[in-house]
Amino acid sequence: MSLSLENLTCNCDHGSTDEEKYALIGQMIDAYKDKEGSLIQVLHAAQEIYGYLPLELQKFIALRMNKPLSEVNGVVSFYSFFSTKERGEHTIHVCMGTACYVRGAQKLVEALEDKLGVAVGEVTPDKKFTLDVARCIGACGLAPAVMVDNDVHRQVQPSGIDAMLKQY
Amino acid sequence: MSMINLTINGIPCQTEKGTTILQAARNNGIHVPSLCHLKDIHKYGTCRICVVEQVGAKNLQASCMVEAQEGMEIYTHSERVRKARKTLYQLMISDHNKNCLSCLRNQDCELQALGRELAVQDDPYGNDEQPYQGVIDVSESITRDTTKCILCRRCVTVCNEIQSVSVLNAQNRGFDTKITPVTGLKLGDTNCSFCGQCVAVCPTGALSSTIHEDRVWKALESHKHVIVQTAPAVRVAIGECFGLEPGTIQTGRMVAALRQMGFYRVFDTNWAADLTIMEEGTEFLNRFATVLDGGEACLPMITSCSPGWVKFCENHFPEQLDHLSTCKSPHTMMGAVIKHYYAKKLGLNPEDMFVVSVMPCTAKKSEIARAEMQNDGLPNVDAVLTTRELGDMIRAHGINFLNLPEEEFDNPLGQSTGAADIFGTTGGVMEAALRTVYEIITGRELPFPNLHVSPIVGLEEIKEATIKLENVKPEWSSAEGFEVKIAVTSGLRGARKLMEQVEAGTSPYHFIEVMGCPGGCITGGGQPRTFHINETRKARMEAIYREDEGKPLRKSHENPDIKAFYEDCAGEPGGHWSHEYLHTHYVKRGLFNEMTDENFVVEKD
Repeated sequence: MSLSLENLTCNCDHGSTDEEKYALIGQMIDAYKDKEGSLIQVLHAAQEIYGYLPLELQKFIALRMNKPLSEVNGVVSFYSFFSTKERGEHTIHVCMGTACYVRGAQKLVEALEDKLGVAVGEVTPDKKFTLDVARCIGACGLAPAVMVDNDVHRQVQPSGIDAMLKQY
Repeated sequence: MSMINLTINGIPCQTEKGTTILQAARNNGIHVPSLCHLKDIHKYGTCRICVVEQVGAKNLQASCMVEAQEGMEIYTHSERVRKARKTLYQLMISDHNKNCLSCLRNQDCELQALGRELAVQDDPYGNDEQPYQGVIDVSESITRDTTKCILCRRCVTVCNEIQSVSVLNAQNRGFDTKITPVTGLKLGDTNCSFCGQCVAVCPTGALSSTIHEDRVWKALESHKHVIVQTAPAVRVAIGECFGLEPGTIQTGRMVAALRQMGFYRVFDTNWAADLTIMEEGTEFLNRFATVLDGGEACLPMITSCSPGWVKFCENHFPEQLDHLSTCKSPHTMMGAVIKHYYAKKLGLNPEDMFVVSVMPCTAKKSEIARAEMQNDGLPNVDAVLTTRELGDMIRAHGINFLNLPEEEFDNPLGQSTGAADIFGTTGGVMEAALRTVYEIITGRELPFPNLHVSPIVGLEEIKEATIKLENVKPEWSSAEGFEVKIAVTSGLRGARKLMEQVEAGTSPYHFIEVMGCPGGCITGGGQPRTFHINETRKARMEAIYREDEGKPLRKSHENPDIKAFYEDCAGEPGGHWSHEYLHTHYVKRGLFNEMTDENFVVEKD
């Protein structure tokens, strides 16, 4: 089973107001709530539409899907993909796998924290970037590697941060 | 039933097809240690302490999960098994809070007992620098301490599958996994019903009732007149705290112990149960008569003695609260009578009185914190002890319980009828009400052998009966031939089923009894813990019916002290005094408590 945003009528790039976003998520749920195991897909779609999954939205999903909130929250908190905090326009994942770690990933994280003025897990005040770390992303030959959204940046040094961020 | 053959530790064994290896071993008298497994309740295979070696299988098997097969060759204590169990145990305690000496489950802890059994003598995986992490979350009823949680998930099973409340669940993953309400919420701020069934199954000190022992010790040492009352289900379970079999009736010794502890009066909540029948029976008759006369009244009427059930209804069915009887629960009625009637009789200032309820229940602890449970600025009840807490206090007082003489409750609030005794078991409140209501309408005794309404006696989740009213008294002529449909449920999953009918407008019933815990108060969240829940429940229930049958009076309206109370004070059931002191109203809360500002969070000291 797959859920597709395209099946739903929406003229406005996932809606712009909270109300529109909730309405769209509601439509998603109504279409799929009776299918077993659809909670994860609904949460994926909801995060796609709303950007993140705050408690209020989890309550909305729980009620609409007729599931306990503790179950919805259990799934949200289990998968690191889901975020309960507002996310920036772009997400930076610094790889902290073994290869990247030994080639200076920790220093890179500190430099990024310094540059962006936020700690790991936080969003910059202008909502442009979320800084996060990842376990091995499977690009050990490029260590230390950084992913910004879906782009992999190779052998990033603290001195190369500005150039990398400029692209976004 | 077809049997299969297997050998366990070289001994030929037989077991019913379909049983697990663990059950097969135990049925054949072979002990296998286990931890998360709880017979009839929880089968999850999470702790893996019950692993056994199966000849021919590569890995050790969790015996609680694997079905016994014909020809299996099992070893339950081979060297490999013993080593694995020890390692599993050591991993489990590596991040466990080890303040065992000052833990309330000291010597009463399944984890501790298991360590002893496995002869574990070191803690190689413990981390001295960061020994454990977790939160302590105190609600009025239940205290959670996640530093003592071993993630067995028994509580998750009872909360979700048995009670359908679904507050507790596993959140986060890996080392960060916690059994908790939704991240960041405190139990007292959720839709928890406070039934305490999670507390009753917790193997460690992770879930406990919020202890009121200190409140009571302090009161006993103060100048106050400290009055205690005991619920019907306590007397058939308190003996278990002192090694007696479930279902041993210990009313007399319990009263003697309370007197030795220094309580000023020892009263019986059963007296107030008889009072409840007068009030609730009258309320039902009023609603019923209104409907018979073509008026509008809210039926089915649903009992309100169980505060866990009441809170569940307020959270999950906030628009159906008019169906609840407006009667307070018996112990809060008793508190109101003590402080606003009995005090005057004795010439005491009610502010100098302190009322303690000994209850099989954890929900009653948060019930007494509700704004509605006070009159004239005084709480009806000041402290609630669970049966387990009373057991602790008796021991701490140095009382040799088993050597006590049997004593009687004090009067006038100590005499009760058999109808009150059965309040402690599922079906009991309904039967007690019918013994009185039927007689009022027909002038005759309830037509069942020994006064037991047999269709509603027993431990099924939902029970129902139809009572046909015939040859009624002249003043009830409009009820002639009417078939009163009743239902009884215990456990909140059953309550949910009946309430879904009520909500949909399809409920066929006129009167419903709900008790929040499966089996009723006899296996409430405050009762002594047991590994044999079904057997214990049955034994306690039988004891409750024995206590009823042993009473000279079996119907609430025959209690002479109740009659005297109405003559002396309240006038008539449902009258002005009753409405002021014995009845209450309910709070719409909603699933996320979004309809109220009230919560039951107690900040940690």
